[in-house]
Amino acid sequence: MANRLVGRAVPRKEGGDKVTGKARYIDDLTFPGMLYGATVRSPCARGRIKGIHFEGGIPWDGFTIVTATDIPGKNCIVLLSDDHPGLAQRVVNHPEEPIVLLAHPDKYLLEEARRSVRLEIESLPAVFTIEESLARKEIIWGRDNIFKSIRVEKGNVDEAWAQADFIVEGEYRTGAQEQLYIEPNGMIAVANPQEGVTVWGSMQCPYYVHKALVCLFGLPESKVRVIQVETGGGFGGKEEYPSMIAGHAALLAWKSGKPVKLIYDRAEDMAATTKRHPSRTRHRTAVSKEGKLLAMEIEFVIDGGAYMTLSPVVLSRGTIHAAGPYHCPNIRIQSRAVATNAPPHGAFRGFGAPQSTFALERHLNKVARVVGLSPEELRRRNFIREGQSTATGQVIREKVDMAGLMERAFELSRYYAKTQRFAEENRGRRDKKGIGFACFLHGAGFTGSGEKYLASVVGVEATPAGRARILAASTEIGQGANTILCQIAAEALGLEYDQIEMASPDTGVVPNSGPTVASRTCMIIGKLVESACLAVKQTLVGSGLLKPDYSPEEFFRACAAYTQKCGPLKAFSQYQPPPEIHWDEEKYRGDAYSAYAWAVYVAEVTVDSLTYEVHVDDFVAVQEVGKVINPVLGGGQIEGGVAQAIGYALFENVVWQEGRMVNSQMTNYIIPTAADVPRIRTYFDEVPYAHGPAGAKGLGELPMDGTAPAIVNAIEDALGIGLDQIPVLPEHLVELLEVSRV
Amino acid sequence: MRSCLPDYELVAPANLREALALMAGEPGAWKPFAGGTDLMVLLEAGKLPHKRFLSLWHLRELKGIEVSPTAVTLGALTTYTEVLRHPVLQQEFPCLCQGARETGGVATQNRGTLGGNIANASPAADSPPALLVYDAELELVSATGSRWVPYRGFHSSYKQMDLRPNELIARIRLPRVGRPRRHYYRKVGTRKAQAISKVVFAGVAEVEGGVVRDVRIALGSVAPTVLRCAKTEAVLRGHPTVESTVAAAQAALAGEIAPIDDFRSTAKYRRRVSLNLLAVFLQSCLGTVEQGPGPEPWYGA
Amino acid sequence: MCDERHKVNVTCRVNGREYTLCVFPLMRLLDVLREELRLTGTKEGCGEGECGACSVLIDGELVNSCLVPALQVNGAEITTIEGIADGDRLHTVQEAFIEAGGAQCGICTPGMILAAVSLLGRMPEPSEEDMRAGLAGNLCRCTGYMKIFEAVARVCQKTGTKVNA
Ligand SMILES: Cc1cc2nc3c(=O)[nH]c(=O)nc-3n(C[C@H](O)[C@H](O)[C@H](O)COP(=O)(O)OP(=O)(O)OC[C@H]3O[C@@H](n4cnc5c(N)ncnc54)[C@H](O)[C@@H]3O)c2cc1C
Ligand code: FES
Ligand code: FES
Repeated sequence: MANRLVGRAVPRKEGGDKVTGKARYIDDLTFPGMLYGATVRSPCARGRIKGIHFEGGIPWDGFTIVTATDIPGKNCIVLLSDDHPGLAQRVVNHPEEPIVLLAHPDKYLLEEARRSVRLEIESLPAVFTIEESLARKEIIWGRDNIFKSIRVEKGNVDEAWAQADFIVEGEYRTGAQEQLYIEPNGMIAVANPQEGVTVWGSMQCPYYVHKALVCLFGLPESKVRVIQVETGGGFGGKEEYPSMIAGHAALLAWKSGKPVKLIYDRAEDMAATTKRHPSRTRHRTAVSKEGKLLAMEIEFVIDGGAYMTLSPVVLSRGTIHAAGPYHCPNIRIQSRAVATNAPPHGAFRGFGAPQSTFALERHLNKVARVVGLSPEELRRRNFIREGQSTATGQVIREKVDMAGLMERAFELSRYYAKTQRFAEENRGRRDKKGIGFACFLHGAGFTGSGEKYLASVVGVEATPAGRARILAASTEIGQGANTILCQIAAEALGLEYDQIEMASPDTGVVPNSGPTVASRTCMIIGKLVESACLAVKQTLVGSGLLKPDYSPEEFFRACAAYTQKCGPLKAFSQYQPPPEIHWDEEKYRGDAYSAYAWAVYVAEVTVDSLTYEVHVDDFVAVQEVGKVINPVLGGGQIEGGVAQAIGYALFENVVWQEGRMVNSQMTNYIIPTAADVPRIRTYFDEVPYAHGPAGAKGLGELPMDGTAPAIVNAIEDALGIGLDQIPVLPEHLVELLEVSRV
Repeated sequence: MRSCLPDYELVAPANLREALALMAGEPGAWKPFAGGTDLMVLLEAGKLPHKRFLSLWHLRELKGIEVSPTAVTLGALTTYTEVLRHPVLQQEFPCLCQGARETGGVATQNRGTLGGNIANASPAADSPPALLVYDAELELVSATGSRWVPYRGFHSSYKQMDLRPNELIARIRLPRVGRPRRHYYRKVGTRKAQAISKVVFAGVAEVEGGVVRDVRIALGSVAPTVLRCAKTEAVLRGHPTVESTVAAAQAALAGEIAPIDDFRSTAKYRRRVSLNLLAVFLQSCLGTVEQGPGPEPWYGA
Repeated sequence: MCDERHKVNVTCRVNGREYTLCVFPLMRLLDVLREELRLTGTKEGCGEGECGACSVLIDGELVNSCLVPALQVNGAEITTIEGIADGDRLHTVQEAFIEAGGAQCGICTPGMILAAVSLLGRMPEPSEEDMRAGLAGNLCRCTGYMKIFEAVARVCQKTGTKVNA
């Protein structure tokens, strides 16, 4: 059946509001009698709180002051565990940990007051690196500083070493990365014992915030309401931390009896909220002289910061992606998320996969060199095929053609011609050019049984105004969720795109369709929208009000007739895992994801020999993501992700001092500008996926995974030296080149 | 906003005379406020210790670019946008135009002023190296009169300068040199646009028959102040730009600069890049820049 | 009338309408627009002049409104995103942003559109380099800039000028 709407570049639902300035973000809202809130934070990484002093000629009587003792429920921001306090009470475990909250109608006076709270803290020895944490220099969390360990075993690694012609080892590191959504975090809360707690804010996951508030206030679920307003970017950065901010705004509102607005400025947002987990990956690989991977032993460690938050889940995705889109009979992956005294690291597009993919795609270049094959030939000999199994033993049942994607990417980038030409020309040229690529995959949806436990629900209803409305807690954060879900619904219902609307993501109105993360919105939520639509249609046809082939007018007439006869017309659909999916959480074996996106990215770079700066000159992104619902939005996701990952590879350096980010200004934390990105050329290969809506899978996180290794492989091609760490700064290159010159 | 706005004053005197009178009345009390692109950033961060400001933005006496046969004179309020659009500056003072083009983005170029860039006294500022190699002079005015000083030597140490509390920078004069010169300017920031410099290099030279007749070299971000490199210039003056001269000049420059490690870069990087840029500048003087193998290939080809 | 300590009267035109306000002289133009005039289309991304989300036009020139003190717009003509469209008819740049997918989360969009309007005002036929330079002061974390360039290029096609790649 030909698609009418799926696959078309319909304009973004809320596009008109965004280009005219009418879209309302959290800081654009004000409530009568509203106070402003501020957070007083720990100046040190680890210590005991000895006293809180309110000083400096401030009229403190006029302030609402909240400390841990004011929390009506449990002092924690629940996620996976309850180790993370909403406000530190006796001890602090990282710089910028919140301790005191203040609110006042005058924001200038509020700022004076914030600076006049003196915290008396007796500092304790702290842990700042993965190595210090693993060595248990201090025990700062649990019994051993370890949030989570995972072990994946496939085949028998120990027996494989003896058969190897080569054993190749390597160690790779990735740094922290700030999401740097352009809209800083913010919330407004109205809260009192009679009506309960309501918060409006910038967020990805209304039901995460809901759960956290229920616990923090000890209220029944029905007394807490969370409403997402227009959100200026998230990238994972508004997945878990908004629960903290919502809790703070609500505590101030609860105590003052007034609405409270709590907006972070850029410096606070950068220093205090989550970033991508820094990582260290060690590879030991057994290869035959034909270049067949015989065994892979991978040790993957991520730095989780001071509290658990989502680290186990990030670790899980990073672990499962650590062996890439390759087939190897024997694999052992040992991974750990460890504690340090830095603000908790958290979700960021890719969620662990960019870290382990960087390591693997760098390491395979090294393996190729040792074996004496080109990097592409080594990969070609090991690509996973239909019927073969991944590290967790998941047998790939979809059609997958990594070699084909690679050839397409090479053609589009003229890879072969360029490798040759650059090698020749570099000899007589000061600035060196190089070309490199990376091959990778990204699982869509939650890992393992995650989706089964989430059991997401989506509804579709007919509105009195003759529209169909989607009820879901999935948020629009710029990625185009509103638009594609409406496209899917319009397609399924046989209606026009503008006859579909999205209900506002308000936990008082929409069911829990789970968090907006993990590239799950299109594939999982989209499928639920599709089935809820079909249920509505069936109801109407079944009740005899609608003929199976109808016009939109007939549809809405039938809706009206139904509503009159039987009351509101709504249908809900709940997630059911595809039949053949099995996952063993204990042993980490089975079908880790129901579907994967597959990709090959090629980067071309120039290294300036005077300044050691790397510039990306051309970028080709080829991927298979199932059906692309909206090519403009899909392309935009890839381009945006590639640009972010260019930053990850070349610019974005979080400078740490005793667990604190010291370059927490946009001037000093460098992301790519319009002058720094190459032309990003995006190509989709579309193999419809049977269990996705109209055949779609997920693509939002994918571009983050393979871009950095493609760029670093290109730098290696240009300079002839291998780099095992990102970001690759000119300051690092100067050191390496001086060493290699000796 | 991390500052308490009610504590701050900003007044707009009707003309330059009134501004200078205010400054003379309470020396040091009133701080000049031009385009605000440095001051407002400090205000936002809660790092603006001074509380009383004098807005210069509308003072016509401090605006405009005048061209005479011997000099181009720029009002202290000249913005980057005005600099880079000016045909005579483009022709004769290209380093200044390039510096302006690479300062911030368009919005910053529309508000940031040369006077502010000088008086902000950042060692990483981008126009001072250009002003230094063009032998700029500054007119400093107060209620009691005006004095011209060479820009070279104006910054005495980190953030210190030869500007009295009752004085304003009024104008910047660039002497015109009738002879053809080679100009080289390179800003090395953290990215291609909108970046704070890690190294800025400006050089002008008069070369005749392969011999350096005259040369001026200045760098930013490699010392506590922007730096005119007199010793390096001395090594070069009167010498042919052959390899041995380049090496001697690099050695002199290495002794003259004093870069540091900070969270933007490292001393080692700044030193290495400064020396590389010097070599390329000298090559460009011979017209051989950009093509061919580098002065010092850094790994076996 | 304006007698609160340290506050001053400032008169300016915003999107064609004249206002006289009693404000702190160092109040950021950004806050004047958002808080005093409730024109919240102008956004704050950083407050340090880096991101350009707060871009507006003062007397036709692009500025970051977070760095302009209220006193300095006395007598000025200011255009914000709310003043770009002609009533209900969108500006060609706004239309092009919708068509090309130049807005994702939308937070950089008002500033980006003003930067694009300013660029096209100065150079009706910008080359790719011109576009990059003209928009480099406006950071976008969502789009990777490709669709923004495309939007600008579309405007040129519509108005009959061509883009030099
Ligand atoms: C986003 C951004 C990017 C930037 N990029 C760059 C860059 O790439 N390169 C660079 O060099 N700078 C850069 N800057 C810094 C700044 O724009 C420049 O230093 C600018 O020239 C300052 O001029 P102003 O008029 O805005 O100064 P103001 O902020 O008004 O003043 C700066 C200082 O100079 C003093 N002052 C101003 N005028 C006079 C005068 N006539 N007489 C005496 N004292 C005076 C003030 O008292 C103050 O101490 C950037 C700033 C921002 C916000
Ligand atoms: S808010 Fe003004 S430039 Fe970022
Ligand atoms: S669209 Fe989100 S920052 Fe540009």
